[in-house]
Amino acid sequence: MSALLEVSGVSVSFDGFKAINNLSFEIGAAEMRAIIGPNGAGKTTFMDIVTGKTKPDTGRVLWGEFGRSLLAMSEAQIAREGIGRKFQKPTVFEDQSVQENLLMALKKDRGPFAVLFWRPSSADLDRVAALAREIGLADHLGRKSGKLSHGQKQWLEIGMLLAQEPRLLLVDEPAVGMTPAEREHTTAILVEAAKTRAVVVVEHDMEFIRRLDCRVTVLHEGSVLAEGSLERVTANQQVIDVYLGR
Amino acid sequence: MRNSFVARNPSVLIFLAILALFTLAITVLSEGVGLGLVSTSFVKTLGKTLCLALIAVAMDLVWGYAGILSLGHFAFFGLGGYMIGMWLMYERTRQIVVDSLANAPIPPTPQEISDAIGSQIFGVVGGSDFPVIWSFAHSLTIQLILVVAVPGLLALVFGWLAFRSRVTGVYLSILTQAMTLALSLYLFQNDSGLRGNNGLSGLQNLPHLDDVPQSIVSIWFFWASALALALGYLLAAWVVSGKFGSVIRGIRDNEARVRFLGYSVEAYKLALFTLTAMIAGIAGALYYPQAGIINPAEIAPIASIYLAAWVAIGGRGRLYGAVIGAGFVSLVSSWFTGGQAPDVHLGFYTIRWVDWWTILLGLSFVAVTLFAPKGIGGLVDLWTDRRAPDRHGADLGPDMGSLREREAER
Ligand SMILES: Nc1ncnc2c1ncn2[C@@H]1O[C@H](COP(=O)(O)OP(=O)(O)O)[C@@H](O)[C@H]1O
Ligand SMILES: [Mg+2]
Repeated sequence: MSALLEVSGVSVSFDGFKAINNLSFEIGAAEMRAIIGPNGAGKTTFMDIVTGKTKPDTGRVLWGEFGRSLLAMSEAQIAREGIGRKFQKPTVFEDQSVQENLLMALKKDRGPFAVLFWRPSSADLDRVAALAREIGLADHLGRKSGKLSHGQKQWLEIGMLLAQEPRLLLVDEPAVGMTPAEREHTTAILVEAAKTRAVVVVEHDMEFIRRLDCRVTVLHEGSVLAEGSLERVTANQQVIDVYLGR
Repeated sequence: MRNSFVARNPSVLIFLAILALFTLAITVLSEGVGLGLVSTSFVKTLGKTLCLALIAVAMDLVWGYAGILSLGHFAFFGLGGYMIGMWLMYERTRQIVVDSLANAPIPPTPQEISDAIGSQIFGVVGGSDFPVIWSFAHSLTIQLILVVAVPGLLALVFGWLAFRSRVTGVYLSILTQAMTLALSLYLFQNDSGLRGNNGLSGLQNLPHLDDVPQSIVSIWFFWASALALALGYLLAAWVVSGKFGSVIRGIRDNEARVRFLGYSVEAYKLALFTLTAMIAGIAGALYYPQAGIINPAEIAPIASIYLAAWVAIGGRGRLYGAVIGAGFVSLVSSWFTGGQAPDVHLGFYTIRWVDWWTILLGLSFVAVTLFAPKGIGGLVDLWTDRRAPDRHGADLGPDMGSLREREAER
């Protein structure tokens, strides 16, 4: 199986501080991967690099069957290539309704003129309603998303991510602010998504990671410290020292 | 779809109805075609105000909805005025020249006519040749196209350079001011080809319509301005009603997030900036024939700043707010500066409103920004009960979730 995303030898420094140090990472087309690591390990910065927000100083980021480089693309182009992202802090458009947020995320032509003339068909509205049901916001479609609770915004953002139908989902700390039951629901959604696409989840909660039941990559000081099943990784002495030992 | 557009935007229908009633009332009361209770000069003032309301709608689109604080839209307004002014001035001068040469013993050659028009128009700046930019001044059709094409092209080039480099916020505002200043300074030069600081004048006189009194012409322009405002308002309401509106409001609140959804923020800004520049051009083309004269001072940077003040005072992010702001402030302004406002005698000092009006306007701008960010238009909320959590895009953080939740629900 060839990789969907291949990051190799990537480094980036902020004012001399190496946030990412010779990092390499690969993920297949229908695979779930968890990334763990202490605060400041570079997990969010890694997602910034893949999504085009941060340009690395060195290294390659290749995408898709033809191994196209993502480095020359803008954030919007990368998103249109099929890479969707959920941010660590939930960022939804607070002044707009849940429905408007989801409609904006729906996979459609993104050009200004197409968008200007686009009006949702009943199929589109059904799709949005189905997504809203899936994320437990079916009764809140007309509500301004600024009025949602923190957890509900997390959900909305996950819904927006699904609406984009990306080939790769990058999910940064989805469980923050969720109840145990909500966490379980999130796991179920992510596991389901990973059947047809690649999913990368950053999370601190070990219980959450365990339920994902997938390969784990441990980041430390900007590079990969260990990779493998959760059992193997948590048994690794280095990992225990830098992360679990705290 | 049409039904649902109106149903989803009842304010559009209300606005159009009020505008229609207002137009009808002024027509009935006008000197030209009605009872004569409203003077011709006041009809012109009202017509000009409608044009200002139209550019305010454009400003609201670009600033209130997309968050681009352009301080240069009056440059586009002025350019629209210059484009129509060139035809008005050329055609009227040609008519006068042809009439006066008609009685000459030898019929004048086209060259003689052209020279005579040239020296009539450009005599004040010591020239008589037609500058290249007047090449199409003889054609009303072409000049009408230029009314939208010239501001549109300038906005396209300027916007492409600015947005592509991701200039945002205050820096973009300063850049638009610089553009306005540069354009106005250029037009002040005698060799700019547009008569320097004399500008274009006599624009109220329509060529070939000498028999029609100004009282009638003023009503025509009043109607045209009302129609342009109605169409511009409809267009703006339609643009912001669908997903395009969602995207530009998203850009205003969090432009990085919009990018990660796959939308090219720069393309949207550029499209909107150009569209609003063209609307501003049309507004200007209707304004200056009613004002009678256009000169580079009209394009001075301060004019565009006033425009932002109107929209802020009226309430940005809602189209009728922009109309209310432009109408209210510009009418109050002409009352104060027209010498109608009584001086205030304080014994030791006399407040003359002609001098003090600008300060009053500035203070109102500050007061609105600080205490009533929704502007006058916010009063409408009192009875429509439209309450928005205006939390400037801040998220309900995990730690203070419960507190912020209450704040958002307020
Ligand atoms: N834009 C930036 N400028 C300077 N330092 C940054 C920037 N982004 C991240 N960093 C630093 O890089 C390191 C990795 O951060 P981050 O990727 O956010 O870690 P985490 O694994 O907790 O998500 C941290 O030390 C952080 O302070
Ligand atoms: Mg992080």
